[in-house]
Formats: sequence, C-alpha cells, structure tokens
Amino acid sequence: MNDAPPVAAGFDVQAIRAQFPILKEQVRGRPLVFLDSAASAQKPRAVIEAMVHAMEHQYANVHRGLHWLSERTTEAFEACRDAAARLLNAGSRDEIVLTRNSTEGINLVAHSYGRGVLRPGQAVLISEMEHHSNIVPWQMLRDAHGIELRIARVTDAGELDMDAFAALLADGKVGLVAITHMSNVLGSYTPAERIVRLAHEAGAKVLFDGSQAAVHRRVDVQALDADFYVFTGHKLYGPTGIGVLYGKAALLERMPPFLGGGDMISTVAFERSEWARVPHKFEAGTPPILEGIGLRAAIEWVERIGFPAMEAHERALTDHALARLSAIEGVTVIGRAQDRGGVVSFTLDRAHAHDVATLLDRQGIAVRAGHHCAEPLMRRFGLDSTTRASFGVYTTRSEIDALAEALTRVRTFFR
Amino acid sequence: MSEAFEELRDLYQEVILDHGRHPRNFRRLDGALHAKGDNPMCGDKVEVWLKLGTGERIEDVAFQGRGCAISIASASLMTEVVRGKTTSEARSLADAFRTLARTGVCPVCGEVHAEDIERLQPLSGVAEYPSRVKCATLAWHAMEAALKGEGSATTE
Repeated sequence: MNDAPPVAAGFDVQAIRAQFPILKEQVRGRPLVFLDSAASAQKPRAVIEAMVHAMEHQYANVHRGLHWLSERTTEAFEACRDAAARLLNAGSRDEIVLTRNSTEGINLVAHSYGRGVLRPGQAVLISEMEHHSNIVPWQMLRDAHGIELRIARVTDAGELDMDAFAALLADGKVGLVAITHMSNVLGSYTPAERIVRLAHEAGAKVLFDGSQAAVHRRVDVQALDADFYVFTGHKLYGPTGIGVLYGKAALLERMPPFLGGGDMISTVAFERSEWARVPHKFEAGTPPILEGIGLRAAIEWVERIGFPAMEAHERALTDHALARLSAIEGVTVIGRAQDRGGVVSFTLDRAHAHDVATLLDRQGIAVRAGHHCAEPLMRRFGLDSTTRASFGVYTTRSEIDALAEALTRVRTFFR
Repeated sequence: MSEAFEELRDLYQEVILDHGRHPRNFRRLDGALHAKGDNPMCGDKVEVWLKLGTGERIEDVAFQGRGCAISIASASLMTEVVRGKTTSEARSLADAFRTLARTGVCPVCGEVHAEDIERLQPLSGVAEYPSRVKCATLAWHAMEAALKGEGSATTE
C-alpha cells in the first residue's frame, strides 16, 4: 500500500526513517513495525553519534575538573539545559532542572514543593487519567504531610471533565494541580490553557506531566503560564536516564533541595551546608552527562524537523488509525477525545490484550498491552487491559495498515 | 485453518484455543482448599479449589478466573492433569511444568511425568516470551499455595 503524500512541505517520512538504524531490523523475518513509541521512542543516528563521539573524544566529569576535557564536557552537558529551555520556551536556562526522567521530576516537586511549600490541610488535584508516576508521589505526600488528594473525573469520551475540575478548585484549598498534558492511554490532550487559568484563579499552581505531549506538540511554558512542566528524554528520541523539570524561578527558589550530595552545595561544613543556586540545588551527584549530551542532540534533531510537521504527520496517522481500527468488527477504540495525539488504545472482543499483543508480535508488529501504568483509568472504563498502538515521527501509513490487517487475522484466528 | 496462520499456530495450538474458550472444571468447590493467584503485571486473576480424599489424593479440583487465553488454558489443563494425583505428585508436576514453561523443555521430568508433560506440551511455546511465562504458571502457583494452606499466590 502506498503512503499518502507528505502532510507538510519538506516532510519525507522515508528520509526520516533512514536516520533510524534500528528500523532496518527484521523481527521474525519481517520488517519491524514499531508501534510502541509512547513507551519509548527509537533513536536517530544524530543522538547515537553524539553520545559515541562524547565517549570517544570528549568525556570527563563535569562542573569541577579544572582541566581541558572537563571544561569541554561541562559545556557539552550544559548545552542540554539551553536546548531544553529553548524547547519549552523557558524564560531562563536556570529554570531547567535536569533529572533522570519525568517520574523523578514529579517526585522532586512532590517532595520539595509538597513538603517545603504546601501546608497540611491543602490539597493536590490530579485526574483519573494519570500515569502511576503522577499518582503515587502525591499519595506518598498525602500520607506523610497531611495533604488531601483530589481526583478530577474523566468523561466517557476520555476527556477531562472541566466542570468537575472547576468544582474541585472551588473551595480554594487546592495548592497544586498535577495533571497530564496528554494521556498515555487515551491519547487525549488536556486543555492546558484553561487548566492553568482556572487553577491560578483559585490560587493553585500547576504541574504538567508532559511525558507524552512534549513529544508531539510544541510546548511554550511562558505562553501557558505553567508553573512546572516535566518530560523525559527517551520518549523524545533521546536516551534513557535523562529528563527535564521546568519550574518558574521564583518557585524553585522557595523550594528546599530534593537529594543531598555533591554538586548541589556551595559550601559544606559539619555544622551546616549552604545550597548551590538554582537549578544546581536540585542536581545532586554526578549528573547523567552522556545522556544530557544525547538529549541535546535529540532536541536539536526534533527542532530541525519542526513540531508543525511532526504534529501534522502524527495527526494524519492517528486519523488513519482510528478509521482503520474502527472499521474492524469487534474492535473497540477507548476514548474519542476531540483533541488527541498519536496514541490509540483498543480492545478486541474475542481475545485478551496480551494474546492480541503476542499474536501481533508473531507478525512482526510491536505494540503494548496491559494497564499502561494507569490502573485507575482502566478501572474507570471497566477494563483490565487494552492493546495500545502509538506513533512517532517515523511511523508510516503502511505500518498502520499492517496493524489493521494483522488484527483482522487475529480475530479470525480466535473465531 | 489456512497456512497464513502458521506463525500464530506454533504458540496458540488448537488445544490452547479450545481450553481458553471452553475451560474445564470452571466452577467453585465448597469446603475445599482454596487460594487466589494474582499476576499484577497484567491483571490476570485465578482462584483454585482442591478437595483431598484419603491418602492426600486430589479428589476434585476446580478453578475460576479471568485472563488471557494462555492463563485460562493452563489453569484448565492443570485441573485435568492433577485430578487423582497425591499432593506430593501434584507439587512435583508443578515443578516440572514450571521448567517446561520457562525453558520449553523438561529433560529432568522423566518417566513419572512423561504423560502429563506431553499433555502440557502445547504451553511450552511461552518459553520464548518471558513475560508470558507468568501467565502459564499463575494457576500452578495458586494450586501450590492452596496445598500449603496459604490463601494467595502472586507471580511477582
């Protein structure tokens, strides 16, 4: 089946695919059809080469060596902070804290803002469609610090129920809204601008879990007026082990450190120590140096393609997937949000999600099956598990057609 | 079924599809040993009941649960092969089956389990999928927990 014409001028999916060495791999004698990018994306040669180059030519510890290699490595690593600041349009590079992943970014805010700034009796508001990483840290804060945890419901269409959301803010007790910017199960975006406006009117700060959204859509934290925004490198075509927490400078200044150790102090004495300035106050120990260098390369690679082209490509793929999957008898797509990104969850009437995933794998197609680290959302929709196909910049229409054809075979097989 | 399904067939043989669709001994037993099995990775759940007669012999065995075709078929086949065995024979067979599921073969199973292992052979394909091994062994863990008097088992 031929691919449709490019969706944006200059966007050539085959040229993009050629930059991902792994896409030439075969699985079970067939070309790999990788539809699991929402779990972790594949890496372009630019990222691989940046990391290899650093290890071969330009590697030492950062921020302390007074020798040439350390200075160069510090520059290369710190360039990641600049790239992340540019990606999110942060007001300053000092508002970018480099973490291990989104989970660590959320835990950092739950610990430092949650215990350091929020007061017992205040509430944190999350939604029913959060990943476990944006639920559990708040439960831990609730249990340790006397914070109430409120849950905004999701409609049957899989969208945030904005009336319920507004009602939960009404008493003014919510100090922080911590909410996904795009569901990793339903693909739904949340209306970020409205969320921020309503939260700020009610005196609450807002943290977005941008693990999914930051991959698919241009995020402008200043235009959004977001207080905190987290994302992870490995879903943005970068390496594992590096993530980003954006925080408004004034908030980061008020927060106590998260982890203690080297790099996060200015002076240490046994009586007391003094913290380094923001953002280093939150970066204890040797940072993920090579991963930072890789993430910078990934961000620059994504910027060269451009979010408008990526978003248009992924929207066309998602529309195609929704049309193809909905046309298969017995397939039910979960969620029908108006504003959605390249993630589609579904069930098949005759087979359990794990059997579906295994049988798709037998046909060379990689998808995810299970609760997707979002058990409360599964329960909300009365499900134990779903099969999830997710798309990236390198996904093609033919791959979605292959998924649809393979699913039809699976259903016939489970006749 | 057409040859187009060959690559699906080696893991999902007809016996698995059949037991997955029409599980045997899918019921509860009153006044029996009982345990629940949980696979937190995928949400599969089974409950196993065992009724013992003289000489610690398994007189009746039943299960209920929900999950994938592999976990349901494995539970169903288990109820068929352990019926009439002593508890120590059943435990020994469970060990043999776990080896089969993990490695795809059971060279140490020997004469004593040969017939049962042949019956369970269709499940050996899960060895290729480490994450699915737990689906196949879930009911067996639950059976052993019931025999030990423990109320629950988890594959974690």
